[in-house]
Amino acid sequence: MPREGFERQLQQLQNKVLFMGSMVEKAITRSIESMKSRNLEAARQLIADDLEINQIRYEIEDDAIQLIATQQPMAADLRTIIAVLNIITDLERMGDHAEGIAKITLMLGDEPPLKPFIDIPRMADRTKHMLRRSLSAFITRDTTLARQICTEDDEVDNLHEQVYRELLVFMLQDVKTISRATYLIWASHNLERMADRVTNICERVVFMVEGKVEEMNVSKY
Amino acid sequence: MGIKMQTSSLSFYYGEKQALANVSLKFREQEITALIGPSGCGKSTFLRTLNRMNDTIPHTRLEGEVLLDNQNIYAPDADVVAVRKKVGMVFQQPNPFPKSVFNNVAFGPRMSGNNQGVSLDEVVEGSLRAAALWDEVKDSLHKSGLVLSGGQQQRLCIARVLAIEPEVILMDEPCSALDPIATLKIEELMQELKKKYTIIIVTHNMQQAARVSQWTGFFLMGELVEYGITRDIFTNPQNKKTEGYITGRFG
Repeated sequence: MPREGFERQLQQLQNKVLFMGSMVEKAITRSIESMKSRNLEAARQLIADDLEINQIRYEIEDDAIQLIATQQPMAADLRTIIAVLNIITDLERMGDHAEGIAKITLMLGDEPPLKPFIDIPRMADRTKHMLRRSLSAFITRDTTLARQICTEDDEVDNLHEQVYRELLVFMLQDVKTISRATYLIWASHNLERMADRVTNICERVVFMVEGKVEEMNVSKY
Repeated sequence: MGIKMQTSSLSFYYGEKQALANVSLKFREQEITALIGPSGCGKSTFLRTLNRMNDTIPHTRLEGEVLLDNQNIYAPDADVVAVRKKVGMVFQQPNPFPKSVFNNVAFGPRMSGNNQGVSLDEVVEGSLRAAALWDEVKDSLHKSGLVLSGGQQQRLCIARVLAIEPEVILMDEPCSALDPIATLKIEELMQELKKKYTIIIVTHNMQQAARVSQWTGFFLMGELVEYGITRDIFTNPQNKKTEGYITGRFG
């Protein structure tokens, strides 16, 4: 006895999560591009567009509640819906971090760059790569991939530390750089937190497939 | 909690047809165990073996053991009446006798003549209170049990079981003929009763099994496919067949 209607709704729910993920990925790209080019208009637009990410999050949440209330999901179905509810929270927060980077761009305004803009875009690329694959692991139920992605978080953490140390040197050498350097540290921190959020998504993939909650992003501190 | 009842390698046959195959299951004292599975999977047959109700069906045969407090209830010297007194049963359709509320409950104690110095009035009141029915019927104890609502009739049947002071209560889809409110009342009552009794319930309603029980067994084609803690069975079953059944993919 297949449950075609329910299966279809559950699939649509997961497709919406993928769509939301692609919105967040675009927001990360746009946040870095606007910072790189100091395009304040693009930064403002990104801040405005974050509302759309919030909007789809509530839409997915509403769909999930409907499914729970009307279909009484059990076992793997139930875990999928619970995973979705958690994943969209992480995605929404990632969108907020991208918005945070756009706000930093506005604060930087037209001040000259401190140094070539390399490590922060690299962190963004790594994070997007992790995000894309975490959602692929979600759709394909690939726990090996999910666990692999969590180990990659260290790379983003290391880049963040590197950015932090370099900017500290700038500040020590020239107090006039303190404000710009601090803004960039914030931007780097936003990216570092985004990568942490991806590991949360991966933990939820493992929960969804194996039914157990596992802390997979163990801090080295 | 200790093990109140258990079956070991229990098989059951209706004539040549095997209805249960090698079922070994333990029931913990003062806990609720739910038995689920599609129609014809053997769960009701299994329930009826637990107080020898199948004995009354001709051309049936049983292999294996059913232990109540470590005594085989199918041993040649076992006292069937004593077994059924200890292991009471509530059925799908409320089936009060065409007698007054009072006499429905008093029937068992009168038959067994074993009130141990307690008056019949006290037994009836105590049983009706324990079945959460007393407040609704205390002013109409001598009216027919058949005029009560379906939910009240089912609680009357539970009171009738409690009056003979059982240790285990078997429930065969006790709420399938009741509306949702009456169903909730029975479910709440079960939580009260489990403080004193061991309860085994067969139900088609998986949400009910998930709500009321601590342990769940899933039957399919006469076999016990999976048995475990209820929350594990409903959130993370280990067997694909269990998963398929509880998520509504087959059955």
